[in-house]
Amino acid sequence: MAIDTNLCVGCSDCVVACQVENNVPVGYARDWVVEVVEGTYPNLAIELRSERCNHCDNSPCVRACPTGASHYAEGGIVLVTPDECIGCAACIESCPYDARFTHPDGYADKCTFCIHRVQNGQDPACVAVCPTTCMTFGDMDDPNSEISKIVRSRKSKVLAAEAGTGPNIYYLTK
Amino acid sequence: MKTRREFIKVSTIGAGGLAAAGGLLTALPIKDIFGQSETVENLKSNANKQLPTYCEICFWQCAAWVNTDEDGEIKSIIGNNDDPHCNGRLCPRGTAGVGMYKDEDRLKNPKLRTTVNGKQVFKDVSWDEAFDFIAEKMNKIKEEHGPECTALFTHGSGGKFLGHMLKAFGSSNIAAPSYAQCRGPREVGFIATYGAGIGSPEPTDIRDSRCLVLIGSHIGENMHNGQVQEMSDMIRNDATIITVDPRFSTAASKSKFWLPIKPATDLALLLAWIHEIIYNDYYDKAYIEKYAYGFEELKAHVKNFTPEWAYGITTIEPKVIRETAREMRNSAPSVIIHPGRHVTWYGDDTQRLRAVAILNALLGSWGRRGGFYNPEGLSLLKYPSPKYPKPKKDWRDAFPGKFKLADLALASGMCDASVPSLSRDCSIKAWIVNGTNLIETLPNQANTLKAIEALDLLVVIDTMPMEITGYADIILPECTYLERYDTVRTSAHRIPTLALRMPAHKPLYDSKPDWWIAKELGTRLGLEEYFGYENIEEMLDWQLKEVGSSLEEMQKIGVKKLDREYPDLYFLNGEDYEFNTNTGKIELYSTALEAEGFDPMPKYTAHPEPDPRFYRLNYGRAPMHTFSRTTNNPQLFDLMEENMVWVNPKVAKEWYLKNGQEVWLENQDGIVSDFSIKVRITERIRFDSVYMVHGFGHTRKQLSRAYGRGASDTQLITNVMLDPVMGGTGMRGNFVTFHTEEPERLNKNIKTDSTKVEGGKA
Repeated sequence: MAIDTNLCVGCSDCVVACQVENNVPVGYARDWVVEVVEGTYPNLAIELRSERCNHCDNSPCVRACPTGASHYAEGGIVLVTPDECIGCAACIESCPYDARFTHPDGYADKCTFCIHRVQNGQDPACVAVCPTTCMTFGDMDDPNSEISKIVRSRKSKVLAAEAGTGPNIYYLTK
Repeated sequence: MKTRREFIKVSTIGAGGLAAAGGLLTALPIKDIFGQSETVENLKSNANKQLPTYCEICFWQCAAWVNTDEDGEIKSIIGNNDDPHCNGRLCPRGTAGVGMYKDEDRLKNPKLRTTVNGKQVFKDVSWDEAFDFIAEKMNKIKEEHGPECTALFTHGSGGKFLGHMLKAFGSSNIAAPSYAQCRGPREVGFIATYGAGIGSPEPTDIRDSRCLVLIGSHIGENMHNGQVQEMSDMIRNDATIITVDPRFSTAASKSKFWLPIKPATDLALLLAWIHEIIYNDYYDKAYIEKYAYGFEELKAHVKNFTPEWAYGITTIEPKVIRETAREMRNSAPSVIIHPGRHVTWYGDDTQRLRAVAILNALLGSWGRRGGFYNPEGLSLLKYPSPKYPKPKKDWRDAFPGKFKLADLALASGMCDASVPSLSRDCSIKAWIVNGTNLIETLPNQANTLKAIEALDLLVVIDTMPMEITGYADIILPECTYLERYDTVRTSAHRIPTLALRMPAHKPLYDSKPDWWIAKELGTRLGLEEYFGYENIEEMLDWQLKEVGSSLEEMQKIGVKKLDREYPDLYFLNGEDYEFNTNTGKIELYSTALEAEGFDPMPKYTAHPEPDPRFYRLNYGRAPMHTFSRTTNNPQLFDLMEENMVWVNPKVAKEWYLKNGQEVWLENQDGIVSDFSIKVRITERIRFDSVYMVHGFGHTRKQLSRAYGRGASDTQLITNVMLDPVMGGTGMRGNFVTFHTEEPERLNKNIKTDSTKVEGGKA
């Protein structure tokens, strides 16, 4: 996934769309918006970022999971099987992005990239709803995909690169 | 102080508690329960369906699909791809529309104010009892004072039916606060210049623009959906955005130029830009020559308004003023000096918006690609009904000779006309208030309460127990937009469209749609001949068939795109054109303003500045909320629970304030906020002002989530700077200071709920 921070206005539509799509209980969220303000008045800059699970290539959460509930699914999407999760929260501790939480039903929960939609050829709910169309979702392994082209042509960064987890969300910057 | 109309805070006597009152919650036939003609059986067939609607959470009215689950319950709301208002993408509020429907704090039954053991309470009554009560009161006012002494305040789709009812009754006092408290000055400023207002959605061709100038307009924080989307297109195209704002708004952070202007001086900057554009020959000569009136007068008028002159007033450096003027010239005519939306700031707002209109004219952007396009809508025929009686008087009689250029009624004017006065024989005696929380909408709350106190009847029709319901004689629960039909949306855009709203679920509780309320109440008032249709489907189908569609077709497609009748989206590329002004030209020099005794060309006037230790109160929007109406929506509350007061770090240091600290705000008139508000220390705000998002600080406990969260800016807006041209209520001349401990209050008699919700996250 690529998210253009120049376009994002921080409206949090992605958060609501995810909550509605995935029946996330009120008070919890699988994605969220971060505002970073830099500088002093009047020389200022704001970066707005919609954040969520980075579906890392080398996911510490998958490694930390004692039961195998956290696993890689089709296309590298990191998922949790609620029935196999014992709620030990080791994955939550291990995630450098703080992307996981314990669902009130007791299992670790987080973004699924809306795999149920993706398998039907749809974009994840957050991508589909965004009024600024700041998000692009696709297959980074296909060099001809829209997302591969965008990430190649634009300046981008990943979060907490130093953690070495191989995150898959690219933030496009100026 | 005990008043006749005591603010009812919590007490509601349910059906069980007042058995002696009788007639409560009578069993109704299914048809009446639904308030619409479908049967419950039909509703079951709504399982797993996509049903069309258009959003009612803000005025942008995006068309959408409501998805229902296997039980016919509302699951999600998704934008309609065919709708130019949203292009298939709703904003967070639209996406969270389900929260409005599911909010357990909704008004559920009609409620009547009554006195039990000396205490005023609301008791549940049947719709029949409610209508009988209202009809009796309205007829009495009609007999004693005339039907003109009734008024409707409304915001939203349902108001059209209630307005029809009131006009049939004999009153033309119908106003929305979205005029005199919001966009009125821009309509009057543009009508004076171009003979045409802006309307909604604004016909700004942002998508194709090379340069967008925002003056205090915070697109992206106001989620006027289509505009947010088109601004995104501009950013993607690397077009220029120039933002003028004392606050580093989200839009400012996306802009090539941010002009951190000293508050209240925008008009000086606009005049300096006009000066630059004229005296450097940046203006569109052919366009001005062909279409404009009064250029030489304007040129002479702005002769001394140089960037150096403006620098001393605005604190914007002359080289920045020059550079941005050049940027506009380089993009012209593909440039938009955006007219904004909420523009009632300092009382000279019509004149400021005149300067905006003039600047657009000089750059030749009106009627040009990337500037302002020529919108086209379709009007549906009105369902046949008798002519309305002609009112002998209206709210304007309270203001002899004033506000003649106001093209719509003033909500604040109707409020003032309800305060009894010895100088006029009649004041308004009854209010019907629909979908607008006047306590939080009109500035100067004490005045609003004085008007309410003098009324013989206050009917509030709403979905939620907003503050205004606490003052009602009778409360009628309106169902949400997801549970009702409304008039077909016919707004003008690049192409004309029709959009249908139909119920996706039967109304919850004993709530009803406005069309039904208007028809039933109208019938009680003996106006049944004005409501010739059995139900709304019959009316909508008749209207739609008149334009070659049908209710059945619209139920399937939701939005119907139509061809333009006038082919030219951009119509001022040299074509002959007669403007609807006195001279038939774009009036740089306004003959209409001059005729009414106002400045024919805008002048800068200095506005009051804060005393030491006071800061100008600026307020605005957050993308997650629509004023006070969404703050209790469970999903949107989850996104933003409360507002905070933005304070510059220098100011925070001076006051020893910490991030997240609770403070009380006191304004220049000694009014202290009911609730405390948390401090947000941020570089994004100037040192001479503070900022807060409008719509918080609810005082009604029935709003179980929103009660006591944050503070109300409206409460602190007691100084109203009236626009003499059209009666707009300028609200940005208020100043606040901080209290770190809860202070003694002068305004305790206005509201008494000053404690936070127990167990709240305070």
